[in-house]
This record gives sequence, structure tokens and C-alpha cells, in this order.
Amino acid sequence: MKMIAAVIKPFKLDDVREALSKIGIQGMTITESKGFGRQKGHTELYRGAEYVVDFLPKIKIEVAVDDDKLDDVIEAITKSASSGKIGDGKIFVSSLEQVIRIRTGETGSEAI
Amino acid sequence: MRRALLLVITLFPGIVLADDLNSADTAWILTSTALVLFMTLPGLALFYSGLVRAKNVLSVLMQCFAIACLVSIMWMIGVYGLAFGDGGSINKIIGLGNIMIADIKLESMSGTIPEIVFFMFQMTFAIITPALVVGGFAERMKFSAVLWFSALWLILVYAPVCHWVWGGGWLSDLGFMDFAGGAVVHINAGIAAIVAAIVLGNRKGFPETPMAPHNMTLTVAGASMLWVGWFGFNAGSALASNNSAGMAMAVTHISAAAGSLAWMACEWFKFNKPSVLGIVTGMVAGLGTITPASGFVGPMGGLAIGLISGVVCFFATQYVKRVLKIDDSLDVFPVHGVGGILGTLLVAVFYANSFGGLVSDEAYSIVSQLGVQAIGVVATIAWCGVITFVLLKLIDAFVGLRVDDDDEIQGLDLALHNERGYDI
Repeated sequence: MKMIAAVIKPFKLDDVREALSKIGIQGMTITESKGFGRQKGHTELYRGAEYVVDFLPKIKIEVAVDDDKLDDVIEAITKSASSGKIGDGKIFVSSLEQVIRIRTGETGSEAI
Repeated sequence: MRRALLLVITLFPGIVLADDLNSADTAWILTSTALVLFMTLPGLALFYSGLVRAKNVLSVLMQCFAIACLVSIMWMIGVYGLAFGDGGSINKIIGLGNIMIADIKLESMSGTIPEIVFFMFQMTFAIITPALVVGGFAERMKFSAVLWFSALWLILVYAPVCHWVWGGGWLSDLGFMDFAGGAVVHINAGIAAIVAAIVLGNRKGFPETPMAPHNMTLTVAGASMLWVGWFGFNAGSALASNNSAGMAMAVTHISAAAGSLAWMACEWFKFNKPSVLGIVTGMVAGLGTITPASGFVGPMGGLAIGLISGVVCFFATQYVKRVLKIDDSLDVFPVHGVGGILGTLLVAVFYANSFGGLVSDEAYSIVSQLGVQAIGVVATIAWCGVITFVLLKLIDAFVGLRVDDDDEIQGLDLALHNERGYDI
């Protein structure tokens, strides 16, 4: 099992959700976050006091997937989250040790 | 004769004998009192609190509210007497008496309005002036020190200057003109704010650390209330429901609009984008600068004063923030202080008929009046500056002025009030 964390631009969230839904992904967790990579921040000006704001709003999507679904999920996210411009984000894949469904106690692939 | 008089008064109730109650005047000043209180609560309170960081939003609201309450009681107990009482042999400097306003009876009059109404109207001016000073020391002053300072400053700075200008003191003897508080309110508040900003020192991290306003929508809501309330401030200062009040309202409004556009233009030119903070600050500059002149100038004067104030106060703000790097956090001095000084001087110019002013004396001399205005400006700056400095040093010695670093970082709302402004 793998845990996928994808940091994407906020306005792409609906597209990514739809794309994942199409390939059978049932659930996900999203977090509102801030970050930057190569994308530049913006400047704000208040009565002559200038501030450079580096951190840009991002959405982090976390999805647990079975190994056999991994490539499909990566392709779905990559296609739907892309705008072609700097700041589209990154996908991080890590191994998932264990998954438990709280209500029923199911574990492993049954719980995803 | 008596029957004829009775007939006239019955048919034309507006015709009233001198010092008899004029209902229209009274109604207007009652209304103006409400409008000016509205300027502080919540106008100024919202304007200021939107400009500070979220962790300090409540501290600003608390300071404005508490000052309103404190000043109200003090005004009744004795400060009204200091400002407007008869000081006898020292009346040139200060008034005396009327403790607990015991001398104000139900029937007591002040011109054509009840004295209790005049007392209330003037109270709202006494409230907003120390509340304005809050902007100079926002986000770093101890609440207890704010209360001590506001109370003592009211007695030692506001009351004397008010007495000099409006209470029969030496400035009014000289012919000093201040219709609604250019010196009494704006210069006083501006000077006190910048002295406080210097004595307390800059906020931690100023000017490198970003300290952006946390909620500009509150600020604009507050600014809008200030514009509306200012009609009470300036037109109410006519102390009558008449042509003078109407003209004062008009020039006030025109100056507000002109100041807004002028600041917006400066910003657009200098920074390529007009901002909402800029346009409302320009509005405040226009309003503050027209205040001393509002009963003396015509619409052209209002327009000119508005445009000039927008530009001058814009550059003054840049100068204090970027060149002098003084942390007058909410720019009280460059807007109210500089605006007040500018307006108090410009009265002399725009009072003249050649500039559309309302003067009727053919022998009026701009230069001569300018001299008188300058004396008032310098006297106010000197007295306010020195006393503010001494008061702050005194309070620092006994109570301590500034919060410690940890409290400042955590934010005054939690550190001083055990509260959070937002629970999002």
C-alpha cells in the first residue's frame, strides 16, 4: 500500500477530485496549506510599507492506494492538476505500513 | 405689543428670543452628539482594529471602548469644568468648578441649546481625541498604562487646549479660529501619538517584519462610519440648525471626497496600483484637515483643502514610515497631526472672500490671521508634546508602559485580556 501526498494549486481541487473519482478512488483527505517551490510570491503594499509574501496558498491531497492502483492515480493527478505554469505542485509517494477502518476494524486493502 | 408678540410666536414658532431654547438647534445637536459618539464606537474602533494583526484586534477595541467610558465619567466629574468652566482669575489658561456638573440644571442653557446637550456634545469630542492616540502605540502598550495615560492626558492636555480655543481662553482672545477641532482634536492627537510612538519604541521586528492589516473590511467599514459621523463633528459644531451647519456639512463632504481621490491618485502614480487603504486614509486626511476650517470656508475651499490634504498627508506618511522609520503604527501623526496643522493654517487663507470663504469683514487680512493661526499651532504642539512626554515617562516609572517581549509576540488579546478575537 502507498500513501500519496499531492500538493496542488487550490483551483485545481475539483478537477483532481473528479479525475480520482473516475478511476475508483473512494476517499481522500485535503488540507489547506501554504508553500512555494520555484513559484514567486507576491507583494502587498499598505500605506507605503511593502511586504513580500513568499508563501502561496496550496491544497494538499492525501490518498491511500493499493500498489496496483498507484500508476493510475499518479497519472490522474498529474493530468488534472496541471496548468502548465510554474507552481503546479508535486506528488510524494511513500510506503504505507498499515490502514485500519475505525468503525469495523478492517485492515489492509479492505480498509482502503 | 404683547398680543402682537404672542401672535408672531404662535404663527412662527421658529422665531425665538435670544437664549431661549431653539428646538431645531437642540434636535440637531442631540443628533450630532450621537453621530460623533458613533465615530468612536464603532467607527474608529473598527478602523483601527482592522489595521492591526489578528492577535491584537481585541486590544484595540478594548482600548477605544474603555477610553470612551473613562472619559465620559471624568468629563462629568470635573473635566468639563476645566474645559468650559469659568476659571476666574486664571480663566485665560483653564476653567474651574462645576464639579459633578452640579451647576448644570435641567433648565440651564448654553446659547439656544440646553447646557446638558452642549455638555454631551463636547464630551464626544473629549472621547475621540484620546481614542485617536491609540493608533500611535497600538500592539505594544500595557492596558493599565493606556488608561492612566488617557486619564491624565485628558486633564493636562485636552482640557487646557480646549479651554484656550473654545472655553474662553487666551487663544480665542487672540482670534484663533478652530471651528470643530483642528488643534483641540487633531493636532493634539497627532502629536501625542508620535511622541508615544517614539517613547515606547517600535514594535518588535519593525520595519523589516511584515505587519499587514489583518482585516481591511473592518477598516473600510469603520472609515465609512467616520465619514458619516463627521457630519455631526463639523456641522454640529455650528451649534445650530442653520445655514452655517449646512455649509459645514457640504465643505466637509467635499473635502472627504477630494482627499480620497487625491491620495488614490498619488498612490496610483507612485506605486502603480490604487489601494483601498489608501483611499480611506485620504478620506480621513481630507476630513481631519477641513475640520478647523469647516465653518469658515466655502465649497471651493473645501475642494482645495481636500486635494491638498490628500497629497500632503500622503507624502508625510511615506516620510514618517520610510525615512524616519518611526512606528506610529496607525499613522496618526502624518494624517491627523499634519492634517490638523495644515487645516488650521489654511483656515486663514480660505476664509478670505477671494478664495470663496465666508468672511464678512472687509478689513480681513490673510497674513494677519495666518500669524494668529500659527501661534495656536505652535502653542498646541509645544504644550501637547512636552506634557505627553512627561506623562509617559512618569507612567513608565510607576506602572511600566510597554508589555514584555513574550506578551508582545503572543499578542495582547491573549496576554492582557485572556481572549481571542476569532475562533476560526
